[in-house]
Amino acid sequence: MSSIGTAERPLRVAVIGSGPAGFYTVEHLFRQDKYVVLVDMFERLPTPFGLVRYGVAPDHQKIKNVTRIYEKLAQRPEFRFFGNVEYGKHVTLEDLKRYYHQIVFATGTQGDRKLGIPGEDLKGFHSAREFVAWYNGHPDYTHLEFDLSKERVAVVGVGNVAVDVARILLKTREELEKTDIADYALEALANSNVREVYMLGRRGPAQAAFTPPEIKELGELADAEVVVRPEEAELDELSKKVLEEHPDKETLRKLEIIRQYVREMPTGTKRRVLYLRFLVSPVEAHANEAGEVDGLKLVKNELYMTEAGTLRPRPTDRYEEIPVQLVFRSIGYKGAPLPGLPFHERWGVIWNKKGRVIDPETDQPLTGLYCAGWIKRGATGVIGTNKPDALETVTCMLEDVEAGRVLDPEASEPEAAERLVRERQPDFVSFEDWKIIDRLEIERGKAVGRPRVKFTSVEEMLEALRREKAKAAVGS
Amino acid sequence: MNVRTILATKGTHVVTVRPEQTIREAVRLLVQHNIGALVVVNEAGQPVGIISERDIVRAAARYEDRDICTMRVEEIMTKDLITGTPQDDVHSVAHTMTERRIRHLPIMEGGKLAGIVSIGDVLKAQRDLYQGEVDTLQTQIMADKEE
Ligand SMILES: Cc1cc2nc3c(=O)[nH]c(=O)nc-3n(C[C@H](O)[C@H](O)[C@H](O)COP(=O)(O)OP(=O)(O)OC[C@H]3O[C@@H](n4cnc5c(N)ncnc54)[C@H](O)[C@@H]3O)c2cc1C
Ligand SMILES: NC(=O)c1ccc[n+]([C@@H]2O[C@H](COP(=O)([O-])OP(=O)(O)OC[C@H]3O[C@@H](n4cnc5c(N)ncnc54)[C@H](OP(=O)(O)O)[C@@H]3O)[C@@H](O)[C@H]2O)c1
Repeated sequence: MSSIGTAERPLRVAVIGSGPAGFYTVEHLFRQDKYVVLVDMFERLPTPFGLVRYGVAPDHQKIKNVTRIYEKLAQRPEFRFFGNVEYGKHVTLEDLKRYYHQIVFATGTQGDRKLGIPGEDLKGFHSAREFVAWYNGHPDYTHLEFDLSKERVAVVGVGNVAVDVARILLKTREELEKTDIADYALEALANSNVREVYMLGRRGPAQAAFTPPEIKELGELADAEVVVRPEEAELDELSKKVLEEHPDKETLRKLEIIRQYVREMPTGTKRRVLYLRFLVSPVEAHANEAGEVDGLKLVKNELYMTEAGTLRPRPTDRYEEIPVQLVFRSIGYKGAPLPGLPFHERWGVIWNKKGRVIDPETDQPLTGLYCAGWIKRGATGVIGTNKPDALETVTCMLEDVEAGRVLDPEASEPEAAERLVRERQPDFVSFEDWKIIDRLEIERGKAVGRPRVKFTSVEEMLEALRREKAKAAVGS
Repeated sequence: MNVRTILATKGTHVVTVRPEQTIREAVRLLVQHNIGALVVVNEAGQPVGIISERDIVRAAARYEDRDICTMRVEEIMTKDLITGTPQDDVHSVAHTMTERRIRHLPIMEGGKLAGIVSIGDVLKAQRDLYQGEVDTLQTQIMADKEE
């Protein structure tokens, strides 16, 4: 029998998840020319690209263009897309092992971290992740309700997701209309009563997780201004010392931008205000009679240095109350376990070494199983971070092919896998189908001067596909 | 980015040695696992020191008249141990390790040994972070050209 990875016996790879990590995995697999590889990508939604479609802010259209590179990969004859097919629901690990030599999990994160404070489950206390998925029209989140009749909102955390959430809350109808934000979210946000947003950092400005372009953009909003308290912009002694010893350019740039926002009071020239706060942690959310959030108690923090040199927050005995009626916690996304795979609960990742899934008991790799992206290293990094990450995984995969450490599928011919998919999910969406959905969304957008108007339910997408295919059949 | 990100793709298995074991045994472990240092733990599993290739080479030079293979780990290990946590910032750890010339940092979580990061891991994490920014830009530029 010929060896695996030849034209007679191609290496069959299943990639689960179609976000950046999934596509960079495909890119690296196609870039090598030692082995002939055929890839099938499985995605639980009918639409590809993961957080590029359902995470990246709708007012950041330009960055979404990265999908063109992914599309080019998807056009290759060695690639197939099975959208609307969910691992764990339509196909199991046992199924996949029957058809593929290697299986890569690039499923991203399905959950988020909790603060663990009293009142976190009150009405009006939300996760930023759900809000983001809602305004981006993710089919699983369209039913959620956010009471934007409230005037004051807190966003906990000062990462780039927190910045996205604050910015979307503060933009005007005119600003949002130019984006592909979900229709219902546009209406809700354009009519919102939100006047004040409090963004809460538990450490100081020098330790904030957001990046300079993102924090600068907050200062350029049409009808909102940023206010930072003078005493909170001032660096503490420890931060000063660290910065003197290691004058990190990016940190200096952030501090410079933050200084431009320092004032005692809003100037009052804009309708909305973003209060960017530092060295505070929420300790409890209070409720009104209706059981909704009505006030958030904060504790003032101070910084101390750990043995390893990190400046961490610790609470003082000083408290304050901010009069917010809505809270979004934005303290990080977190992976959820996948059926059949060893999962590190606390860190929210699949147990792995350099992308090889391992058995935590024995510390040894599980043959043929790999992971990439956020489910591998945790919810950190920009789109491009998934490229070196996926390269590390693919390097391990190729080493294992070389060493003959692959699964032994009974039916590795592509037709067999397709038969399985058709049987389990007759409504699967191919890449050509997705291109039809894509075209229709863009057409709907053109009609109203927007980049696209998204379909926000799976049924709606499938229905549009059926209509379009029927039309094409009549036409021909 | 914090240390958790590094540990996530390393597994949490840490090769350890007991203080009363011999240098011969320590060397065997280093070679067998192809690593540069061992965390020295007491009966309760608590780290009490660290022993690296360098510690052993230095000891070999210092105790010329003794058979260092039969010496005990605790005689030559580094005792003033610095540890980190998964919450430590990667860039702070990088500064600390370079300044204090530490090559391996045991990581503690909930009072237990949860992993170990090397200076190589830390520098790679920083490089990947930077590379990520570059790759994002590059993918975007390539995409714009597709238009
Ligand atoms: C709100 C937000 C905004 C961001 N904005 C930016 C930005 O502006 N610029 C930037 O560079 N980076 C940004 N990022 C970071 C970037 O989105 C991530 O680095 C990247 O998306 C992670 O890629 P991934 O492939 O690991 O996961 P994801 O993008 O989450 O992709 C995972 C895919 O797997 C699918 N999946 C999950 N479970 C299953 C299953 N059981 N079966 C089949 N498929 C499944 C999911 O539906 C999804 O499509 C942002 C992140 C967030 C959260
Ligand atoms: N425009 C963009 O490029 C863009 C947009 C969105 C997201 N992204 C990327 O996507 C990744 C994820 O973003 P993210 O914002 O979710 O995560 P992040 O960058 O890790 O930020 C998380 C924030 O939550 C804080 N936090 C964590 N636990 C907390 C607690 N218990 N109490 C209070 N605050 C707490 C963190 O503070 P500490 O630092 O003190 O832990 C930090 O400020 C990042 O790499 C980000 O750069 C990029």
